[in-house]
Formats: sequence, structure tokens, C-alpha cells
Amino acid sequence: MIDTSWLKISKSGLYIVPAKAHIDPVRSVNTAIITHGHADHARAGHKHVIATPQTLEIMAVRYGANFAEQKTAVKYNQKIQLAGVNLTLIPAGHVLGSAQIAMEYADTKIIAAGDYKRKSDPTCAPFQVEKCDVFITEATFGLPVFSHPTPEAEIQKLLEVQQLFPERSVIIGAYSLGKAQRIIALLRAAGYEDTIFIHGAMKKLCELYVSFGIELGSLQTTPIGRIDNQQISLANKFILAPPSAMGTKWAQRLCDPLIVSASGWMQVRQRAKQGGVELPLVISDHADWNDILRTIKEVEASEVWVTHGREDAIIHACTQMGLAAKALSLIGYEDESE
Amino acid sequence: MKIFADLLHSLLYAPQRLVKQAYLVEFIKNTPDPDRGYALSALTGELSIQGVKAGLIRKIAYQKCDPVLFDLSYDFVGDLAETTALIWPNTTRQVSGIRISDIISKLKTANRIDAGTLVQEWLDQLPESQRWALLKLLTGGLRVGVSARMVRLALAQSYQIDVNEIEQIWPLIEPPYLELFNWLDGKADKPDAAGRAVFRPMMLAHPLLESEIAEMDFASFQAEWKWDGARIQLVSGSDGVRIFSRSGDDISGTFPEIAKPLSWHGVIDGELLAGNPNKIGSFQQLQLRLNRKKPSVKMISETPVFMRVYDILFDNNIDVREHPLEYRREVLEAQMKTGLKTCYLDLSPILADASLANLQTWRQQCRAGGLIEGVMLKNKTSSYQAGRIKGSWFKWKRDPLTADLVILYAQRGHGKRSSFFSDFTLGAWGEGSEYDAQTLLPVAKAYSGFTDDELKKLDKFVRENIIQKFGPVREVEKTLVVEIAFDSVQYSKRHKSGIATRFPRFKAIRWDKPARDANSISDLIAMIDI
Repeated sequence: MIDTSWLKISKSGLYIVPAKAHIDPVRSVNTAIITHGHADHARAGHKHVIATPQTLEIMAVRYGANFAEQKTAVKYNQKIQLAGVNLTLIPAGHVLGSAQIAMEYADTKIIAAGDYKRKSDPTCAPFQVEKCDVFITEATFGLPVFSHPTPEAEIQKLLEVQQLFPERSVIIGAYSLGKAQRIIALLRAAGYEDTIFIHGAMKKLCELYVSFGIELGSLQTTPIGRIDNQQISLANKFILAPPSAMGTKWAQRLCDPLIVSASGWMQVRQRAKQGGVELPLVISDHADWNDILRTIKEVEASEVWVTHGREDAIIHACTQMGLAAKALSLIGYEDESE
Repeated sequence: MKIFADLLHSLLYAPQRLVKQAYLVEFIKNTPDPDRGYALSALTGELSIQGVKAGLIRKIAYQKCDPVLFDLSYDFVGDLAETTALIWPNTTRQVSGIRISDIISKLKTANRIDAGTLVQEWLDQLPESQRWALLKLLTGGLRVGVSARMVRLALAQSYQIDVNEIEQIWPLIEPPYLELFNWLDGKADKPDAAGRAVFRPMMLAHPLLESEIAEMDFASFQAEWKWDGARIQLVSGSDGVRIFSRSGDDISGTFPEIAKPLSWHGVIDGELLAGNPNKIGSFQQLQLRLNRKKPSVKMISETPVFMRVYDILFDNNIDVREHPLEYRREVLEAQMKTGLKTCYLDLSPILADASLANLQTWRQQCRAGGLIEGVMLKNKTSSYQAGRIKGSWFKWKRDPLTADLVILYAQRGHGKRSSFFSDFTLGAWGEGSEYDAQTLLPVAKAYSGFTDDELKKLDKFVRENIIQKFGPVREVEKTLVVEIAFDSVQYSKRHKSGIATRFPRFKAIRWDKPARDANSISDLIAMIDI
């Protein structure tokens, strides 16, 4: 008989009662176990942070070296104990350093997968399947309309438009942590060797990825804020920028930019169309419908909890498979940004 | 089907109109008949395929996919064709070279059951992008940001001719427009409308912007009231009298008392209003008639309609569209006393002394009754041309009413708002209604007026404040106040609150305002002016 009474939902997020620790808390707490470095999961202001060495470094880049009084770096698959709870951080395949949190207590093993994906990504350790009693999954793309193509095929489209419009700069909206580095690495793997331009906000994170041994090739920060109202010719170049920078003066100063957006949402045409996107790329750092269901089967859990996203459909599918499933309706976690 | 799918994809993501038009020109030049005509008719909304409706597509989809999962997906994606295309499994039996014309000719001869089988077969044979294009073709509503006008502009550009020539013959042709293409390709004569009761494209007005007022020379404009009815065109030909709506639909059957033979032949433009020239009825009354395809004798006598005429296009089969408005007005005034003298036609008066000061006053006064929406300004020298012509006709509407309302329910939208919670039901406090003052009663449904950025914030608000679900509808915490603009308020028996707002849209989101401070039903009743 599985016992899950020791893992509760609090206003701050998932709470491991005996360990007095939260997972990805959305407000400041004493002890926080962080799955990965995205801002909605890794917030500033906790006293003690437990995470992979990579995630701790990412948080240091974001919030300064002294972002917590105490930091505990836990390597992948290294076992630690917290007040009788056995904890292991397992690769989640989402971004550099991303981890599933495996917890064992009262003869029950629960895995909080955090955000995860199963498609290839040269910039982080691949998702590791680990059997458990309760699997806590996200459901960002938890609808059967979401079936992400291989990222390699999507990257080819980028190279094609670059050839098709040699006079335009190709500006790619991608999240600064993870997506940007993944696209750069995919371009490199596709044989693109030219300098890739990046928005200033991505510089430190790219350097961090390189320091962890991920090859990104020649990168250059796009000159911004230097010359007033003068258009910068980066014709026929790739420029990466966070989605938030796409509509700003920064982007307008590039000559005739061709707006690309890389996200799992790009599959829904009208939604892709919304941001003025000219080339939508379906490249996601989250598992698609089939991958969520495949993962649920592979971990052989008897119970599935769904944190955030399109939980209704996942719960319906789990019930069809004979699994107990429930929605946690955690709030404060963003959908994949566009 | 591949070239059509590629075209739709290019059009959807093309950032500007000119780019879209360029894609259309390429398509027109490189696609054979009759495929190009069918494809273009799908874009103009004129293609109609009997027997394949949304219900059939849904039925087919339910056979392929768990209905619960399909409905959840449809609710999210907001488009039946796209949901079905995405959810349909890829097979290994893909076939290339399926042509639009084959699809249409096969469906034309198929019965409903066969049609379902055919569509399933094609869906199995096509990749996702072409499944989407096929389903869009069958269900209509392409939503790729192309208007019928843009298609005609692209045709004109492809063949280097004046778009007005295309506009004029457009009402004569039907998909796949072989008559048109044969003429354009020099293989046949130009289709001729002479004497036939066919629709002529209407001239439209631009809204007058605040910034334009200073530069307007009001003396060179003819001012009229902007009547709050339905724009119609009356065409009298050797084959009888027809009434057309603004979009060119034949609505003669709906208004038999106006579509009666006349000895005069020609085309006039005006507003259909409820009541009679001496006492205009409300827009609500007109709506009763507009909604009825074949009105009963009782309905015709209880809710009469008439046409208030303001322009003339053809007079006794002479095309007067190239003449200036002043000249057309003289012709019209003369005919209204002779050939057009009937009890169901009257003339829209010209407003004398249309100075800026007077116009401003009239605009504000015309709230009374809700029968007039504002003023029209028409350049006295303007010829009658299809579409919105810069500097020719302006509409200057009265300022909208506004109220602070609370968001009660939200639903995901369609088209460009798909997958976001974008359709909102808004409520006012019950004071002044037959319900408790402490309850919020729905008074408006609004789904426009916000920016893309605001839409994302609204979507987030809904997702984090859901308290109940009713199918696709989400009830939310009653905390968010929105300032809503609307054209008028009317009593309505259909609504629990007893009132309805017309054309409500977002003006501002009041994140700062407590729900308690929102308006009440009695505030809204005070705004009723009929």
C-alpha cells in the first residue's frame, strides 16, 4: 500500500513534510529543492537551496552569487538524506542541470519530474526513466494535438529561409535559458559554422553552458544601445533574442528582420500567427502528448499527479489506462514561453 | 492539394498585405484551371460544398480519436479543421498529386455517407499541412488574413488590369470563375452585366480619425445621418427586383415587400430600416426581420421595413458611378419623385450647414433613440467606387457609452485568439434589477479591444482564478473589473438582467479597481435611450 501523506500541496508548491522542504516553491521558504533554473521554478529568496551544480550556477548568474545562505549541490544520481527522506536528482532532459526529484519515504517512491522532455537535446543530459509508485508530471503540451516533430527537421527550415532571403536578418525568439543554447547547438550539428549573434541577456548563460563543456561555436553579442536610430546590418545572420525583446526597439533596428519563434505552441497555427511570427518552429523543451503518455507507462507508476498545463486530457488518458490520476492545479508556473 | 496548402501556409504567416498579395499573384500565374478558381473561391468565401459540414468532420474525427480528448483539444485549439488535422494519425499510405478539382468534383456527386468515406480516405493519404488545407477548403473560414477584395486586387495585378473591371464583373461569375479566366486569358469576351439584376460592389466609408478633423474641408462634403440599420442595394432589372446585403448576398426573399417589380430599371444604395418613413423602428425590430428567411404575412404587417435611399449607381440602365456625388444626388432626387416614388422608399436628407461645430453637436445629439449612429461625410466630387476609397466617404460615429463591469465567465476564442481565454461574459451588480443587489448579472459578452499583451495577462488571470467549469466555459473569481465601451443599451427579455448592450468591447482593464466599485444594472438602465 502506498503512502503519500508525507507529500502535501501548500500555497508555495509541493511540500515534503518530514524534510520540511518545498519543491520549486513560488514564494520564499527555508528549504527549497529546485528542479531547474527557469525563473518560475527557481525563484530568489530561499534560505537553503538544494539543486544540481548546474542549476545552482544558473541561479548564481540570475540572482548573484549570494542568492541563498546555504547551497547544497547534488550531482545526478547521488543519493542524499533529508530528515529520513531519501532524495535523488535524476536527469529530466529539459535544460542544463534540470532534474527530476525522486523521493523515498514510508516505503513509497514518488518522482516529481518537474519540466521534462524526451526529444534529443545536445545541451543537457537525456531524461532518465526511473520506476516509481507515484509520478508527478507536468502537462504543458498534454493534448493529443501536440506531436512535436524532430528538432533536426525544424532546424533545416531555419537554414532554408536563410538561403531564401539572403538580404534579411533571421531573428529567433527563444528563451534565454535552454532553448537558445539548444538552437545554437542544433545549428552547429547541422553544419552551420558562422558566427551566431545573441541578445545581451543571453551572454552569461551561453558562457555558463560552454563552461560545462557544451560546444556553442563562435558567438557574438549583438551591439545594442550604442548607436541611436541607426539600422544594423546583420543581413543573412542568425540572431537569438528572448521573446520579450522581439517587439522592442532592439528588434526594429535590425534590417528587415524575419521573425522566427521556436516553441511547442507553434503547432497551433493561429497562436503562432499572433506574435507576428513569419516562421514558426516547433521546438519544445517539454514532452509532447505521446512522450508524456510513454513516460507514464515506462515509469510504471500506479498513480499519476499532474502539476500544471492541460491536465484534463492527461487525467482522462490515465484513467483509460487504469491508473489513478489527479490534478494538483499548482499555480505560478508559466507555460512554455513563446 | 500541396500547392494550395503551401499557399495557405504562406498567406497565414506573411507579415504584410503586399507580401500576401505577391503570394496570390504567384499562385494565380502558376496554377492551372479549374484548381486556381476553386482555391481562390475558398479564399473569397464563395466556395460551398454541399453535404460536408462541421458536423460530418467532427463525426469522422470521433471515429479516429477518443471523443473526450478530441473535444478538449478542440476547446484549446479553437478551430475544427486545425484540431482534426493535428489529431489525425499519420499513415504510411500517403499519396501525392490529389487535386482540388478532383476533390470538389467527387464530392459534388457523392451522397452524405460517401462524402464521409471520401474525406476519411483523403485524410489518411495526406500529411498534416495538407489535411489542414483540405479541411479548411471543406469547412470554409480560412482565417489566413485574406479578404475577397485582396483576391481581386491580386487578379488585377496578375493580369495588369484595373481592379474596378474585376469588381464589376465579379457578381456575374461563379467558382471556379472560368468565365473570368477565359476573358483574362483572351479566350472569350468579357462577361456582361447589362440589364441583369446583379449586385454591384458597394462603396464603403472610412472612420473619421480625430487626427484628420483639423485637415477636413467640411464645405466640400455632403453630410447625412448615419442610419442604424442594414446597408442594402436595390437592383431593378429586366428580370425583376433584387435586394442585396452589404456582402452581396441576395436577401430578396427576406423582404418581399421591397423586392417588388418597378417600371424604373437601375441600382440604388441605401439603408434598410424598420418601421416607415414617418416613424422609424428600432434596430432590434429590424433584427427580427433580418433573422427570418421567409417572413409570414403577419410578421410583414407587424414589423414593416423600408429603404432610406442615399445614392444611385445606375439610372435607367445608364451607369452613373463615374459621375460626382452632387450629380448622382440630383438624378436620385429627380427619380425619387417619379420612377422611385413608392411608400417603401424615401430619401436620406442632406444636413444643411455642416460646419465642424454643427457636426460635433449633431454627433452628440444623435444618441436619442439609437436610430442614428452618427454622421456620414461624403466628398461632393467623389465617384462611386468599390471598397473604401481614401478621402471620399467618412463615417463619424457618436462616442460610445462606457461602464465598469466584472468578468464572470471566460471561454477560449477562435481564430487569432485561439487557445487563449479571450471571450468574456461581464456582469453588473444587481441593484435596479429584480435580483439581489449583491449578485452580479451578465450584461455583456466581449472579445475584442485588448492588445495581444493584455490578452496574455487576461488568459493568465482566468487560468489562475477558475472556480467552476461548465463544458468549455470557466467561471472565475469575481475580482477583475474591465471598462467596457458599447454602442447602446436596450431592454431585453432574453437576458436575466433585463438589459443587453450592443457591440461591447474592452476599453481598459482595471486591475486596480475593486469589483465592489463596478456599475450596477440601474446605472446601465439610465443609459437606455429608446
